[in-house]
Amino acid sequence: MFLQLLANGLVTGSIYAIAAVGVSLVYGILRLVNFAYGDMMAFGALIAFGCNGPLHQSMVVSALAGMAATAALSLVLDVVLWQPLRVRRAGFMSLFLASIGLALVLRQALLLAAGPQPRSYAVNPYRVFVLGSVRLSEAQVIGIATAVAAIVVVGLFLSFTNAGRVLRAMADDRSLAAVAGVNVGRATQVAWLVSGLLAGLAGTLAGLVEYSFDPNFGFQLLLPVFAAVVLGGIGSAYGALAGGLVLGIAEELSTWSGFAGGVDPTYKPVVAFGLLALALLVRPQGFFGQARVA
Amino acid sequence: MSILASGGFWAFVGVVAGIYTILALGLQVQFGFAGLLNFGQVAFMAIGAYTMAILVVKEGWSMWLAAPLGVVAAAVGGLLLGLPTLRLRADYFAIVTIAFSEIVRYVATNEDALTGGSQGTIALRGVGEAAQYNGQWDRFEARVQGWLGFSSSDATMLVIVWVVAVGLLALTWAALRTPWGRVLRSIREDEDAAASLGKNAFAYKLQALALGAALAGIAGLFYAWQFSFFSPDDFAPLLTFFAWMILLLGGLGRVWAVPIGAAVFGFIFAGTRFLDFAPFSWFGSDQRAYLRLIVIGLIILVLVVLRPQGLLGKREEMVLE
Repeated sequence: MFLQLLANGLVTGSIYAIAAVGVSLVYGILRLVNFAYGDMMAFGALIAFGCNGPLHQSMVVSALAGMAATAALSLVLDVVLWQPLRVRRAGFMSLFLASIGLALVLRQALLLAAGPQPRSYAVNPYRVFVLGSVRLSEAQVIGIATAVAAIVVVGLFLSFTNAGRVLRAMADDRSLAAVAGVNVGRATQVAWLVSGLLAGLAGTLAGLVEYSFDPNFGFQLLLPVFAAVVLGGIGSAYGALAGGLVLGIAEELSTWSGFAGGVDPTYKPVVAFGLLALALLVRPQGFFGQARVA
Repeated sequence: MSILASGGFWAFVGVVAGIYTILALGLQVQFGFAGLLNFGQVAFMAIGAYTMAILVVKEGWSMWLAAPLGVVAAAVGGLLLGLPTLRLRADYFAIVTIAFSEIVRYVATNEDALTGGSQGTIALRGVGEAAQYNGQWDRFEARVQGWLGFSSSDATMLVIVWVVAVGLLALTWAALRTPWGRVLRSIREDEDAAASLGKNAFAYKLQALALGAALAGIAGLFYAWQFSFFSPDDFAPLLTFFAWMILLLGGLGRVWAVPIGAAVFGFIFAGTRFLDFAPFSWFGSDQRAYLRLIVIGLIILVLVVLRPQGLLGKREEMVLE
């Protein structure tokens, strides 16, 4: 039972981790807590569904299409919304409110275009993989394999590519990076591009693992993703990865009967936030965060 | 278009605008004067409304005792939220407060025995028996109606809500002119400077948070009285965002900008109901409900881009230094 929950937690946690990195990267560059991120995930999941369902494409092609479409949306939004706000030197509060307005528009547009009915990807729900005492559905296996691969790729990108180093440098100290010759406009576009790709991927994987989803599901995912970002320390990409995994695993393990009888599964999200509150009491800036950001 | 001319409909819009005024006034105290980015305001509204309803239905309290206790419970909720979180950076605080409001809604949805669960207060007494908490309120409203000589209960509610709202606005306005209010604003402007003068910034911020929460609790009471039955889904984060939109429409840092923002918001929110000309008329009624929220979202966006300080606010308070 413990191992099964651990495996489930790894599945949930790796999806949180991917999305949390996407949120954290943009925050690192733009100081924007993107409230529309959940709805961008839903957008990617729905595009992937369009390819997978009506167009009968394979799951891989569909996921790639979802990622590409979300990245394109992300770049377009940068041009039409975020750039004008930057030009006007909007503060944290204005940016946050704008992202809330955007979230509202995006979600309702998805509901309008796709309707509120739940959808499922064409995967075999009865195929089960057994690993010792752990049983995983086909969707979970695909989800965890893709997520682990994506986390490794993102880690390598951040650590070893020039663009990844630039993003981390800007998250650390924007003015110092600019003085050192970093092309800020270019780095911003890279951040939105990567963030969009990750949103599309995380949305598709979440839709896959949850069996069915509707345009509202992005918002339900958003709060645990935010919790993961805060737990890791806002703006730290590695912290977001760790925060996502820790939260996902903690949520699932909290229902384990060996752990003081286990928590009622409906309270899983509350467990995530309880953990977050505790962690912030000990370390107000998160695991990897800076105490103050200029 | 007959509903456009109906006094009852606009009285209803006015009542909702009054409730939002009180809710957004709480945010104005917290953000406009103490600089706290509280995005969980709706939770205190829920705490106020539920505390009153539960005490009346389950404990048989008089509503006139239960209502003030609901406000106290909301303020205590603000203290409990603030103690661990006020030391956080602004962006962390914003996220944690949203999480707090979702936890409150989650508990209200899942603790059926305490709150009636997802069915709402109608199930407070259990299955098969509709629970009612506003009998005393209805009698009070009827007496006010007779005293005013009104024929409609909506118009009576409109008067009651706005008398209370204006009273609270005046009290808040006066409070900010006391030494306490000046210290609060000095903390928002420069916390280190205020601290160096021996002011306990943490205590002042905690008081502002609790005061704003109490105001949200009062808004919750009126919400409960206006709608007879309510459920956890009535207290979704969307309501907090509406309150922020009101603050933004009116202007930050000004008490009397709040009712103006609420009136404009009420007009937009009710007005989008009448978008029945082309291209809106091409859509079905459920689709038009989505369009309506799209329009509201777009208004927020345009406003943030073009006039971040609100209609009456000061621009310096919304842009980076």
